[in-house]
Amino acid sequence: MIAYILCLTLFCVGLYCILRKRNIIKIIVGIIIAEYAVNLFFILVGYRWEGRSPIFSSDTPIVDMVDALPQAVVLTSIVIGLATTALLVALAMRIYGKYGTFDITKIRELKG
Amino acid sequence: MSREREQGMSVIVKTITRLTVGLILLYGIYILLHGHVSPGGGFAGGVIIALSFVHLMLAYGKDVALRKLPKPATSFFEGMGALLFLAIALLGFTGGYFFLNVLGKGEPFRLFSAGIIPLANIAISLKVGAGLFAIFVALVLLKYEAEERR
Amino acid sequence: MLELYILLVFMIIGAIIAVEVKDLLSSVVAVGAVGLALSIAFLILKAPDVAITQLVVELLALIILIRATLKRDLPFSTSGRWFFNTFVTAAFIAVFLMAAVMSLGDLPPFGYPLMRVAGTYLREGLLKTGATNIVAAVILDFRAFDTLGEATVLFAAVIGVLTVVRRTGRKSEGQVIEED
Repeated sequence: MIAYILCLTLFCVGLYCILRKRNIIKIIVGIIIAEYAVNLFFILVGYRWEGRSPIFSSDTPIVDMVDALPQAVVLTSIVIGLATTALLVALAMRIYGKYGTFDITKIRELKG
Repeated sequence: MSREREQGMSVIVKTITRLTVGLILLYGIYILLHGHVSPGGGFAGGVIIALSFVHLMLAYGKDVALRKLPKPATSFFEGMGALLFLAIALLGFTGGYFFLNVLGKGEPFRLFSAGIIPLANIAISLKVGAGLFAIFVALVLLKYEAEERR
Repeated sequence: MLELYILLVFMIIGAIIAVEVKDLLSSVVAVGAVGLALSIAFLILKAPDVAITQLVVELLALIILIRATLKRDLPFSTSGRWFFNTFVTAAFIAVFLMAAVMSLGDLPPFGYPLMRVAGTYLREGLLKTGATNIVAAVILDFRAFDTLGEATVLFAAVIGVLTVVRRTGRKSEGQVIEED
């Protein structure tokens, strides 16, 4: 239970950073932290006390394994998170080339 | 030769890179091929292969790295990886439905076992590795253009 | 499970440092520390596949982020609408926390998962696919459609980056366009 609450706190730190900061790179850092928290939450749900990792070994029989389904889902999610981060960084660099700043309050050409 | 001496990092970094780049590539191929018997698989192996080329580019500058893996070759590998994965999936139609595991199962713990899973790992790693290297090359070139305009 | 709690507290402290520090390079380094601690946490939770992937992917994300933040300055100014922003942020996080804590009671207790579907995968995985790594069998045989979707998303992201980076506009006749 404590693990769930700590994971939720990590997500809230990332959420606070997305909502409050004015620098685009800080917003990207907040998105990365929120993604870490969500992936950790999935693996926490699938954990089993005194479980083993879901890989068979040739000498000892393994009877109780942790849940293998959240691990498969999180594997895909981590690589997609990298693709999202790369796209965001490319957009941020383009914005810097055009406006000369990372501050989001100074980017006003699409307003109105 | 003297133009390459200006680009990239110092001599110590270049010497160590010459020793380790091949080992990183070999390690990535090992993790990729043993994806069905030990942890790892297509995604981790593909990212490690991309990291070895990124390592070459960081230490030597972009000209040397782009000579080893030029841009048309990168886009060819990425498209080929995606099409290979689709072809393996359509191969399942010969057995019954989409994505059926049609090749022989083999015995466990051997390298040639588990049907189409090693082939699918190779296709996925080609796609992920070439795609991530293409993203990195594009971002590095953009940075150079923004710097030279100032 | 004491190691897991210590790692989680370390991650929270690292995240707070990454959010609050004024220098951009320092905050990227702090995010790297959080990612490495997460990889160790995955190893403690008996997920070696995920730990390897998280480690190498986070290295690549760090390289890309550092490439973008080298030699950039950090402007900081507080002007207008600051009170409204504070109020909305506090209200949003409060509502989210209340809803999340209320729904935490519906989860199974930590350490006793339901495993209704995964039980079938674990029992029959070796027999039906012949692979000894059950996670690889799940992502490439039982759930191969998800992997196909993920390959498509990665492809779309690469096309997106190459489009954003491309030099636009027309050039005059004598200029040589370098292919990007």
